[in-house]
Amino acid sequence: MAYSGLRIIKEALSGHRGWKPAWRDPEPKAHYDIVIVGGGGHGLATAYYLASRYQTARVAVLEKGWIGGGNVGRNTTIVRSNYLLDGNQAFYNLSLRMWEDLEQDLNYNAMVSQRGILNLVHTDAQRDAARRRGNAMILAGDDAELLDTDGVRALYPFLNFENARFPIKGGLLHRRGGTVRHDAVAWGYARGADRRGVDIIQNCEVTGFKVENGTCLGVETTRGFIGAGKVGVAVAGSSSRVMQMAGLRLPIESHVLQAFVSEGLKPVIPGVITYGAGHFYCSQSDKGGLVFGGDIDMYNTYAQRGNLPVVEDVLESGISLIPALGRVRLLRSWGGIMDMSMDGSPFIDRTPIDGLYFNGGWCYGGFKATPASGLCFAHLMATDTPHEVAQAYRLDRFRSGHMIDEKGQGAQPNLH
Amino acid sequence: MNQVNRLTGGQINRAKELNFRFDGRSFKGFEGDTLASALLANGERLMGRSFKYHRPRGVLTAGSEEPNALVELRQGNRQEPNTRATVAELFEGLEAKAQNAWPSLRFDAMAVNDRISNFLTAGFYYKTFMWPKPFWEKVYEPIIRKAAGLGSISFEDDPDLYDKGFLHCDLLIIGAGPTGLAAALTAGRCGARVILADEDFRMGGRLNAETLALGDASGSDWAAEAIAELASLDNVRLMTRTTVIGAFDHGIYGAVERVQDHLPQAQADKPRQILWRIYSRRAMLCAGAMERPIAFADNDRPGVMLASAVRSYVNRWAAAPAQEIVIFTNNDDGHRTAADLIAKGVKVPAVIDVRADAPAVAGAELLAGAEVIGTEGRLGLTSVTVRLANGQTRKIKCGSLAVSGGWNPNVHLTCHQRGRPHWNAELAAFVPGPELPSGMTVAGAANGQLSTAQALAGGASGAVAALGDLGTTAKAIDLPQTEDAPIALKPFWHVQGGKSRAWVDLQNDVTVKDVKLAHQENFVSVEHLKRYTTLGMATDQGKTSNMLGLAVMAELTGKSIPETGTTIFRPPYTPVPMGTMAGRATGKHFHPTRKTPSHHWAEEQGAVFTEVGDWLRAQWFPRQGETHWRQSVDREVLQTRKSVGVCDVTTLGKIDVQGKDAATFLNKVYANAFAKLPVGKVRYGLMLREDGIAYDDGTAARLAEDHFVVTTTTANAVLAYRNMEFARQCLWPDLDVQLISTTEAWAQYAVAGPNARKLLKKIVDADVDISNEGFPFMACGEITLCGGLRARLFRISFSGELAYEVAVPTRYGDALVRALMEAGEEFDVTPYGTEALGVMRIEKGHAAGNELNGTTTALNLGLGRMVSKKKDCIGNTLSERKGLSDAAGLRLVGFRPVKAQDPVTAGAHLMRASGEISADTDQGYITSACFSPNLGCSIGIGFLKDGANRMGEKLRAANPLEGSTVEVEVVSAHFIDPEGERLRA
Amino acid sequence: MMIDHPLLGLRDAQEFTYLGDASLIDRPDWQAEDAQDAFHDYLYLRDNPAGAHRELWFHETGDRSWLVVTRNTLTHEITKVELARDVARARGRSK
Repeated sequence: MAYSGLRIIKEALSGHRGWKPAWRDPEPKAHYDIVIVGGGGHGLATAYYLASRYQTARVAVLEKGWIGGGNVGRNTTIVRSNYLLDGNQAFYNLSLRMWEDLEQDLNYNAMVSQRGILNLVHTDAQRDAARRRGNAMILAGDDAELLDTDGVRALYPFLNFENARFPIKGGLLHRRGGTVRHDAVAWGYARGADRRGVDIIQNCEVTGFKVENGTCLGVETTRGFIGAGKVGVAVAGSSSRVMQMAGLRLPIESHVLQAFVSEGLKPVIPGVITYGAGHFYCSQSDKGGLVFGGDIDMYNTYAQRGNLPVVEDVLESGISLIPALGRVRLLRSWGGIMDMSMDGSPFIDRTPIDGLYFNGGWCYGGFKATPASGLCFAHLMATDTPHEVAQAYRLDRFRSGHMIDEKGQGAQPNLH
Repeated sequence: MNQVNRLTGGQINRAKELNFRFDGRSFKGFEGDTLASALLANGERLMGRSFKYHRPRGVLTAGSEEPNALVELRQGNRQEPNTRATVAELFEGLEAKAQNAWPSLRFDAMAVNDRISNFLTAGFYYKTFMWPKPFWEKVYEPIIRKAAGLGSISFEDDPDLYDKGFLHCDLLIIGAGPTGLAAALTAGRCGARVILADEDFRMGGRLNAETLALGDASGSDWAAEAIAELASLDNVRLMTRTTVIGAFDHGIYGAVERVQDHLPQAQADKPRQILWRIYSRRAMLCAGAMERPIAFADNDRPGVMLASAVRSYVNRWAAAPAQEIVIFTNNDDGHRTAADLIAKGVKVPAVIDVRADAPAVAGAELLAGAEVIGTEGRLGLTSVTVRLANGQTRKIKCGSLAVSGGWNPNVHLTCHQRGRPHWNAELAAFVPGPELPSGMTVAGAANGQLSTAQALAGGASGAVAALGDLGTTAKAIDLPQTEDAPIALKPFWHVQGGKSRAWVDLQNDVTVKDVKLAHQENFVSVEHLKRYTTLGMATDQGKTSNMLGLAVMAELTGKSIPETGTTIFRPPYTPVPMGTMAGRATGKHFHPTRKTPSHHWAEEQGAVFTEVGDWLRAQWFPRQGETHWRQSVDREVLQTRKSVGVCDVTTLGKIDVQGKDAATFLNKVYANAFAKLPVGKVRYGLMLREDGIAYDDGTAARLAEDHFVVTTTTANAVLAYRNMEFARQCLWPDLDVQLISTTEAWAQYAVAGPNARKLLKKIVDADVDISNEGFPFMACGEITLCGGLRARLFRISFSGELAYEVAVPTRYGDALVRALMEAGEEFDVTPYGTEALGVMRIEKGHAAGNELNGTTTALNLGLGRMVSKKKDCIGNTLSERKGLSDAAGLRLVGFRPVKAQDPVTAGAHLMRASGEISADTDQGYITSACFSPNLGCSIGIGFLKDGANRMGEKLRAANPLEGSTVEVEVVSAHFIDPEGERLRA
Repeated sequence: MMIDHPLLGLRDAQEFTYLGDASLIDRPDWQAEDAQDAFHDYLYLRDNPAGAHRELWFHETGDRSWLVVTRNTLTHEITKVELARDVARARGRSK
């Protein structure tokens, strides 16, 4: 059933009786060509592209709980392609281009909204770094503009220009960046995959891998053994735990990132603003809530909740940047578990076990990568060769010294 | 019209009449009123519009869980969107506006949405607005955004102060209803440190809203007496208007105290609100329960309220929502409402009870086994339509309908650490599960003990148990005789078969039909239901709607409610102003401001300052007649190179390293060798991270066999010290070495230029030999100056000139800079700031923060040979990895423009002289650039692939971001005095 | 969070800076045959357990002790706090 305005009118006039489930709830089969572990954004996107671009016949997505219940349902919805380094540029460039075509591809309105992302600069050194980054973006085919203070003021006159501890000296504007309705991404991919025959199996937790002679033959689950030609793992937040079942240690730590939403307001912030002197970024959802976040809580954790110091830190930054928000109320906070990798960049790679593939380590930037991650993981699993834009995302890159460290923080996951 | 619905009695101060305005009209109320109670007393039921359909709405509750009655409170820069009228205390001159309505609350044009609501079902927007593609951002979305949202902000800076505080206690009691008061009395009397916090401005909870008696006293009198006793105890802190917003790790709670929100005008020197961090050894959640509604057709009209709220308004505030009030209930508690109304003289035309066997009501007609199937009245309820037990329908005239669907224990804070509530079938509600935040217990209605007697007993025994945990023996208070009614309730969630929509989530306009559609489309998990329909995502976070939505979904799936899912809550308990969470660390006080020892002197010189981390440093020192910063900077550079300049370099990190093994230790933390550095000498040192990346550089001066002074960059002062302590304590725990950061203990100045020695000679004491022979390049020593002041002198140079750095205890820093400047007068000494410092270091090709960017190695920096292969040091092993040891990789080199007038720009990317300009052809990038007044042109340094072997090559520095491409020539990064003759002069 | 410092008693975790897994104490021998591999595993690979985790905290705004804290990553419950120097010695780093 195709979605459209006409369809809505038709259904409205006939009591909405015609709407079908967005995806089925099939019983798991005994064997699939490809099993994807993890029904989040990346797993569902991988299944969708396997079915739609790589004509893989029998694909299943296994989800421990409900699809879209992890980080795709718990993030600050930003999409962008403002990367500096070689290994990242082409990948995120592709991802942003895929976002631009997503809704027509999926026949699902995920509200991709290219509202512009502004990264503020407060020192000359930050401006130099912004210039290097902006040039890298343009050279890689993305868009960037360097604004001076007046340029920033024209966009956001209500920022703190007069009484700032760290004055705003300009900003790097990435107009094609923006926001996407995050849940709809999971649902759109799920619906698209389901329509192409993918079995989405919820409440099915993987409890082990069946590995014989160095080859993965399938997965043990709470709903029985499921055989597979190939198994792909995309379980952000649980990567270490799941891969440990296959005996692998990863260059990943788990940390919690808190995010926040305010009460609904009439339009305040048209785009996305990122503070350069503290940890704060903010946008406004179509519903009216300000969606904002900051730094991670710093310590290893699997608890999906944070503590007060970081909340206060985020709000100190926020009010320092936008004093007009002082009387706006913070409505809700939540925490998501991030696979923080050792250089801040992800992995899409084979593993030492034949037939077992891994996708993870997205830190807190996995949402914007969803389309390209799905496509590249599908490509890798379908063809057994890395997609050309994801070749750098190897698990063994630290062994050879080929880190992709955008922030230059080294092997300190909580600083990426 | 003046308080037509005001009753007798109540806990308001009739002696103090207050004037207020709502939506442009003037009213009067009393001290002790909330905005909602005062409006009801004035016969106003319409208080807001719903989010999506702009349906007229009145107040539903009498507390902070209110979904409907949201207003914009105050004006100008204190305008506050989405304030619940139910908790806004009335004050003289209060001004509130209706929100999300245009042109007015009564005639809202956007109510057209309600007419087309059949097209705007749950999630309709996911299915449309996709064609034509560009229309989403240009047409559809702007319309949606404009229509969405609730209140608006003024865009003016919030003028109020906010504060933060820290409190410690043995027992934190959350909620001062009967449970909390019994707990506080029990704990307080035994001397424990107790904090009792309640969100209301009057403690007592439901005791203030009910007519029941405790012993001989009325509930509110008993509460008042208890509060008076608690107030007399030094070990008890009573916190009214204080909402505990979150339960965090290890017994830490966040609480927000509203200090001034109830005052007409905030006192300027006091905070508006305070965020408290409460460190508790034990905590008791005594937060009571919330009544829940029943869904039925058109259950959202102004006048449809929770029964308990009606009792609150009538009993506490002496405000009747209407002259005739019908009750609709599934439990005995609803009947209490009828009794209270009748006692106050309010007409109760009928009590509609879904239970066929409902007990009789004195003074009102009971319609047992009946259900409300519809309501009428556009801007306020005029009548309800009832389906009687015999199937007939009956219309009953009324201005308000008091609805009771049972009570939900207020488990919110029990879920903040991911604990899940448990289902209690008797209550048909969730109660706290076993996994509570550590140190927390739950008592009273919050724990499912709904009668007053149970609440009191639970509070008292809970306090005894909590203190017992801490080793304190407390004695439970004597409990008064009071109401102890059993639960008598028939689970009943929504009326079947109504013609119109039945609301589940009032604010977000989620109806039973929407839940059904979500089910039909397989959005059946609680999370899917919530996200697809927006159920429970409004400003009340579903406090009155989540259970109902869950129950409807359970019915549709044929599963039980606990099988369908649980409600789960996250902080904050109620929304908190962002300013409160930020406190005082905003604006100029966002970070501490660190000032250097010469700051006051520099201010006197008219210096322009710049932020360097938390430090403020002089950027340049303009002189009269200089109209552009470049004039000042060029002069400072030229004058320093020609004669002498002075610069405050105190901000560099300084670490004192002492002990027998100090040299061994430094040999491990620096990439280059230090073991054999002679006493009295300084050496440049490079620190690597363990991954082989260069992260900091500086110097180490050996003042004695067992004493070094290490300097770091300003940016890494804290990190380098931390890393060195890690090495000392965790990696080489038995080395005899001690570290201390002395960054702030010493004021340090660079004195640079050909006349530096002559100048210093006038400062240092006579016995100090600073001749080139006596104190050569890279010498150091402890000296005295200005007649006996102890100082440290280092002959090091960042500028490339004959230069010294001289350090004195910080308290002499101001005096020293004045002495240096005075002594330098005859040489026309110039102070120089960070700009000139930067120019001179670029002219010398010294790496700084832009080059030490966290991805560059010693090899990249041209310092590859410094990394000793003969010893173990941090970063050595991994620096040899293939990806980091490519000889043809990036190398630090210099750049000059081919056309002298062209600018060299930091951040430009390097491309070959001809061919494509793209990411694929990238040769490197320029890291730092400046105008060199000595060379008369712009210069830069940066990283170039195989740079060492490309001297003289012409490249293009591409800066498409700013639309420029400049031809540059690759040169040595040492633009000035490459042989270093000046340093050694 | 609160950390029970062995020398100073209960302290707010905000006074500390977090580093990571306490295995970072076990720095490999630079002269070993497989030193590069050993350093790779040491620096980059983590058990990252869901449960008890021994981890390094630095009392940065306090007495500048490095501590090894045993904390549950699911509940944040802290069961043990030791001076990192004692742990380092116990793990054979005395030389």
